[in-house]
Amino acid sequence: MNWRAIRAIYVYEMARTFRTLLQSIVSPVISTSLYFVVFGSAIGSRIDSVEGVTYGAFIVPGLIMLSVMTQAISNASFGIYFPKFIGTIFEHLSAPISFVEIVIGYVGAAATKALAIGLIILGTAALFVPLQIQAPLVMLAFLLLTAVSFALLGFILGIWANNFEQLQFVPLLIVTPLVFLGGAFYSISMLPEAWQAVTLLNPVVYLISGFRWSFYGLADVSLGLSLGMIMLFLALCLGVIWWIFRTGYRLKP
Amino acid sequence: MPPILTADHVSKVYDSGHRALDGASLEIEDGEILALLGPNGAGKTTLISVICGLVSPSGGTITVGGHDAIREFRAARALIGLVPQEISLEPFETVWNTVRFSRGLFGKPRDDARLEGILRDLSLWDKKNAPIRALSGGMKRRVLIAKALSHEPRVLFLDEPTAGVDVELRKDMWQVVRKLQQSGVTIVLTTHYIEEAEAMADRVAVINKGRVLLVEEKTALMARMGRKELRIDLGAPLAELPSALARFGLSLDADGERLILVYDGAGGPPPLVELVKAIEAEGLAIADMQTRQSSLEEIFVGLVADQDAAREDAA
Repeated sequence: MNWRAIRAIYVYEMARTFRTLLQSIVSPVISTSLYFVVFGSAIGSRIDSVEGVTYGAFIVPGLIMLSVMTQAISNASFGIYFPKFIGTIFEHLSAPISFVEIVIGYVGAAATKALAIGLIILGTAALFVPLQIQAPLVMLAFLLLTAVSFALLGFILGIWANNFEQLQFVPLLIVTPLVFLGGAFYSISMLPEAWQAVTLLNPVVYLISGFRWSFYGLADVSLGLSLGMIMLFLALCLGVIWWIFRTGYRLKP
Repeated sequence: MPPILTADHVSKVYDSGHRALDGASLEIEDGEILALLGPNGAGKTTLISVICGLVSPSGGTITVGGHDAIREFRAARALIGLVPQEISLEPFETVWNTVRFSRGLFGKPRDDARLEGILRDLSLWDKKNAPIRALSGGMKRRVLIAKALSHEPRVLFLDEPTAGVDVELRKDMWQVVRKLQQSGVTIVLTTHYIEEAEAMADRVAVINKGRVLLVEEKTALMARMGRKELRIDLGAPLAELPSALARFGLSLDADGERLILVYDGAGGPPPLVELVKAIEAEGLAIADMQTRQSSLEEIFVGLVADQDAAREDAA
């Protein structure tokens, strides 16, 4: 394993974040704050508390998840897509490193950024609503697993994408709806029964449910199922990445 | 000394079915400048890409410094630096950061003094903090060279280093390459400019249709490629060549209207002034004069025809 190469990619990617600080960190924080103002305070004040938790506090885990997922995907996908787009990927391919180093470098950097943004939003949320975190370690574990899994998904997306539209397509048309319909802003139990069954097909439900449990002890599905689902998702992404590695898909003719 | 790099019957068939390499074999000597010469689409870039790990070969073996390029790719690739044909650089990054990134990517420990030396040699040191988008085309090309040299490779591949570059920059580039050779780096450059091979190379390999047709010392090859023909159109046809002119090696064409002198660059220029005086002394009028040089294209056609004939003989 070429650790210096991993470090080089990681440091380079993190430097890009700091160069584009406004776009990378400030904008997700601002947009999340707007959610708190609109859903938490303005609308939330007219909504009953959910199982003893005020609505503003109830949506915090979902909002953090939304940001962590979209940030992990967009950072990792852009990170690997950009060298492909401008042609600098030749250097990665000619370096004495395998695909493993490339994945660790890009996914590690994207997951770090997503994790940092998640924690910043958590801090921001604490300014708006009273928060309690009953199982901080479980919370961190969910955050980390989600950041890594979705960064892997983003990496796959970046390898697959042939243009910027495709790069935007998955986060915008797939992830955002899944998160909104995945119980970020409501408890699954609020839905009619038929829809509850449909919702259980949405993988994001399990992530948000488990993550929310770590805050308030409230969950739509059991914690074990939530953890199992995210591990399954992680394994799926790793499987696809392994296949890309074996075949050189869209990287190496 | 064993060759620093060998390619043995390397082939590449792309998914489209295009056979870019068809059993190309090549040995590169340590410390030389080898020019890989061939027309567009001959397989030059594919051969380099396969050697450097950008493209997976369909067959054949490559060793670099004795290491198999696939089984021991880490050891093999650590010895190679690649300057691609396209200027592929991140526009917003600074020169310094991008060169440092390259060194790290190849797994080398940080060594700012060495990177400074490389940038100074390439006249880039005063631009080290400039973003790449602010550099001229020639400077960008040099940044690519600096990146390729950052991990101290033993073999440097330059893929069309002067494609689309003006004459002055081309000469600058040639100087840079010579300096690199003096520092002990083996250089393989691809080009379709014969003058470039002539100016730079110790040896020339000619590649066409995915095969390396020949590898020769430059001077030997230039003598063959440098064949020239001088044609002198006469004012009136001659029945036969006057003996005074025959000593120049001239011949008369079938119509008797044109004198032809074939010579090569290796033997120096023919005695043109004496030749003209001799023609004048014979009382002949010169209607026109022209010289033509056999083009690279013609030489390729000749080589390929020879190769096909040899294959038929073998069959």
